[in-house]
Amino acid sequence: MATSDQTAMGTSDKTPATEIGHTPEKAPWPLWEVFVRSSRGLSHVHAGSLHAPDADMAVRNARDLYTRRNEGVSLWVVPASSIVASDPDAKGEFFESPKGKDYRHATYYKKSEGVKHL
Amino acid sequence: MSGESATRITPGNALRPEDVAERVAGGVKVGEDVGEYALRLGDDALILAQRLGWWISRAPELEEDVALGNIALDLLGHARSFLTYAGSAWGKTEDDLAYWRGEPEFRSCFLVEQPNGDFGKTIARQLVFSIFQHELYSRLVDSADETIAAISAKALKEVDYHRDHAIQWTIRLGDGTEESKRRIQAGLDSVWPYVAELFQDDDLIERLGGVAARPSEMREPFDALMAQVLDEAGLELPDVQPAMTGGRGGKHSEHLGYILAEMQVIAREHPGATW
Repeated sequence: MATSDQTAMGTSDKTPATEIGHTPEKAPWPLWEVFVRSSRGLSHVHAGSLHAPDADMAVRNARDLYTRRNEGVSLWVVPASSIVASDPDAKGEFFESPKGKDYRHATYYKKSEGVKHL
Repeated sequence: MSGESATRITPGNALRPEDVAERVAGGVKVGEDVGEYALRLGDDALILAQRLGWWISRAPELEEDVALGNIALDLLGHARSFLTYAGSAWGKTEDDLAYWRGEPEFRSCFLVEQPNGDFGKTIARQLVFSIFQHELYSRLVDSADETIAAISAKALKEVDYHRDHAIQWTIRLGDGTEESKRRIQAGLDSVWPYVAELFQDDDLIERLGGVAARPSEMREPFDALMAQVLDEAGLELPDVQPAMTGGRGGKHSEHLGYILAEMQVIAREHPGATW
């Protein structure tokens, strides 16, 4: 997400668009996260991200970028700015607490005698 | 029309250029009129593919490089199938036709030869051509020639997307900033003189009957959708006279020679090379 302002504008001074008129002000297109469902019955899985000026074009760009080899039957796009993420610096507090808590796993427990269908 | 075929192809299947080549190798041969018609279809797609390929690495955004590149590759696929099929009329391959014909032997329309200009002009050209091509392939899926019908059925799904892409951008540019509106309008005005050629009937169309789609019949639905799109985009229908054209008879604008020079140079420098 830190790369959201890195767009393909690097070569823009060579496009005819700028040869003809003045150099227009270019705000980078917003970033969208793309989720692809590969077949019916499976969940949408995060595939990557892209830039698009709006939601309709984001779906179209996603189709071009992430389903060109028959990867999907359904697409979701979500504005990257709408995703609320956990804090990478708080990994310890957030994710280490379950370590050592074996009793949260089914394998911790012994099967009681006489239970047949477990 | 072309008799019993070696392979069973039904419209709707994903027909590849290789499948058409297989049919041709299996002895399917077309008459010269059908071959000539397939040349028109193939050459329009080939020249526009060559034009659009220029945008790769030059579009306003990386995502648009890919979108235009995809469209170009789709068109190249149509061209390969139609030229492979056309070639069977004269014992030529798709490469013979693409790389070894001179300018007067090409049957492409003036519109597809027109320079890319800025993004607005390219989108204007895409809008005109994709609406036309959608009308064309929608009819050719019922062609009396089953190979032309099958190639068109495959191509139609792709052109449906090309048309959507062009419409979406036309609306956004027309309804965007003052500058984007000026550019898309200028683009439409500059390609409009080449619209009339797309809808001209001629002797070949008359002779082909149910094999071909009659161009003049497609003008009305073309105008209807175009009016709807331009209205939504807040753009004006250009009021310009048709240009002198003649692509179907091998006369071309000054641009085709340069396109062919670039497209054909490697094949001609290294005849028969493979990689």
